[in-house]
Amino acid sequence: MAVISHLRTLRQAAWLGWQMESNWTRPWLFIIYSIVRPIAATLILVVMFLVIKQGVANDPLMFTYTYVGAVFFMFVAQVLLGATYVIMEDREHYQTLRQIYIAPISLHVYIIGRSLSKVLLTSLSAIISMAFGLLVLRLPIDLLRVDWPLFALSMLIGLGCILSIGIALAGITFLTAKHSTGINEGIGGVFYLFCGTLFPLTVLPPWGQSIGMAIPITYWLELVRRSLYPAGGIETISGLGEFSNPAILLLLAASALVFLGLSLLIFWFADRMARRAGKVDMTTTY
Amino acid sequence: MPPAVEVTALSRVFVGKSPVVALDNIDLNVEEGELFGLLGPNGAGKTTLIKILSTLLLPSKGSARVLGYDVAKETSKIRPLINMVSGGEISGYGLLTVRENLWMFSQFYGIPGKVANERIDALLHAFGLEDKADVKVRTISTGQRQRMNIIRGFVTDPRLIFLDEPTLGLDVQTSRAIRDYIRTWVRSQVGRTLLLTTHYMREAEELCDRVAIIDRGTILACDSPEGLKKRMNRASTFVLDTTHFDSSVISTIAGVKGVSAEAMREGLRIKLVVENESAISDIISSVGAGGGKVLGLNKSEPTLEDVFIKLVGRGLE
Ligand SMILES: Nc1ncnc2c1ncn2[C@@H]1O[C@H](COP(=O)(O)OP(=O)(O)OP(=O)(O)O)[C@@H](O)[C@H]1O
Ligand SMILES: [Mg+2]
Repeated sequence: MAVISHLRTLRQAAWLGWQMESNWTRPWLFIIYSIVRPIAATLILVVMFLVIKQGVANDPLMFTYTYVGAVFFMFVAQVLLGATYVIMEDREHYQTLRQIYIAPISLHVYIIGRSLSKVLLTSLSAIISMAFGLLVLRLPIDLLRVDWPLFALSMLIGLGCILSIGIALAGITFLTAKHSTGINEGIGGVFYLFCGTLFPLTVLPPWGQSIGMAIPITYWLELVRRSLYPAGGIETISGLGEFSNPAILLLLAASALVFLGLSLLIFWFADRMARRAGKVDMTTTY
Repeated sequence: MPPAVEVTALSRVFVGKSPVVALDNIDLNVEEGELFGLLGPNGAGKTTLIKILSTLLLPSKGSARVLGYDVAKETSKIRPLINMVSGGEISGYGLLTVRENLWMFSQFYGIPGKVANERIDALLHAFGLEDKADVKVRTISTGQRQRMNIIRGFVTDPRLIFLDEPTLGLDVQTSRAIRDYIRTWVRSQVGRTLLLTTHYMREAEELCDRVAIIDRGTILACDSPEGLKKRMNRASTFVLDTTHFDSSVISTIAGVKGVSAEAMREGLRIKLVVENESAISDIISSVGAGGGKVLGLNKSEPTLEDVFIKLVGRGLE
């Protein structure tokens, strides 16, 4: 019974999210904004990195490492932003948050549903970026040799984990005003820096490496790279070489579970505080 | 059977630079099947109470139970059974049509598709919104959005519905349609309860089985409109017409329980509630002393407004 109700909520929320994403009077504007823009932002970062670390471009392994990291980090940036926007938009723009809030639905499911369109669009961006990487930049990835089961499994766990972090950030958004997008950018920045996104963990000081090793996104990116480039020796530069694939998978699953618990706890607290302070349906007036 | 609403020693304080006591230790019961009204001036605490009862806001102290469940701890039991609509509410997903908005909320409440469609059609008809059914919400007027939201409240067929100033800002005809619907809705099925807040004395008098008069976070009286009027027996009510003058002195005269002055084109219409009629001569002389002239004085039948003036000491605005 509860499952049916959650599925119904998920479907409605996903539909609503899609209506919002695709609510463009001109389809090409929608395509540019939703798909091309994240790609452009990602590529700019890659180029900046390459300029700083000259010589990397001549090192196909390092280049693949950076490129794949930048492309798949789009999921983190986009989904986290999307999840906080669910609360922000429902509260400030549509002013429907109080109606959603008192409806007999799971807010977790609602937020996930609303974020699914972001996952879909980011997947498109990622596919296009990877195609660009393979065809134009000549990344040494052989589609026939990709470990697809490992890739699928790590994407599943990774996206689940990102969505759960999104729920926590959405909860915190209950308490923050409209103009404070700082929270998700701050968290996103931490992940960007410490999870081996553009450069291997080994360039970080030991304390920085410890932070990275505590965040599931680190393992997720590692697994994505290893599965896409199984024979390439990515693990020799990532700093996680001592761990086998199953070990990394285990680390990913375990840390994702911890993050899930933490996220639910954060959401629960934030929700409680918002209801106590009367912030659920506040609108930020200037 | 538990009361639909059971509020015990409930307080709500908004902390901040200067804390506001929105509700101050109130007690209130609403029985199942009742059409209950909360009547009070701006800032009385009406919306705060509705927010607490609809699980949007936590109490600071005391307890509130809705349909037998605690609002703080048993929200998941309460939410499927209730709904809430605020007047002047312009909310809605502007990019969806009216029907899509209503449909989505009906699905959040698990209403079977066929039933939901039938209900949406019937309600759109009842509120004269059929021709806007398939129009995007961002293009409809404020009053039409408000009607859509009222439909959203009823489409889930709640056992208890909260309407916060449902007719605020609506034209006379629409307001009447809504009042008619409210009345029929409560009566047409056993066990339906409706709690509304209003500024409009007439609305409370005309609609409600019982009315609680609320001011500054406390409930001053709670009874049927007739019962409230009976309380006026010992006091008398007058309507005094004068030319313009500063009428604020009147409330300081001994024996005056309440004053409400309304500026008319030709002067002031002052509603008076006095404890004994001997105060009238003092009042009349204060008009002269204040530079005004008495144009007329009539004893009036007590209305709910007089009850309000007597209890609150002033009129609604
Ligand atoms: N979120 C909030 N933060 C601080 N104070 C608040 C908040 N909400 C309400 N108040 C205060 O609580 C008091 C009661 O407000 P409430 O909205 O319940 O009044 P009301 O009876 O609904 O008035 P109105 O007729 O104007 O709608 C007011 O003094 C108001 O300023
Ligand atoms: Mg109010």
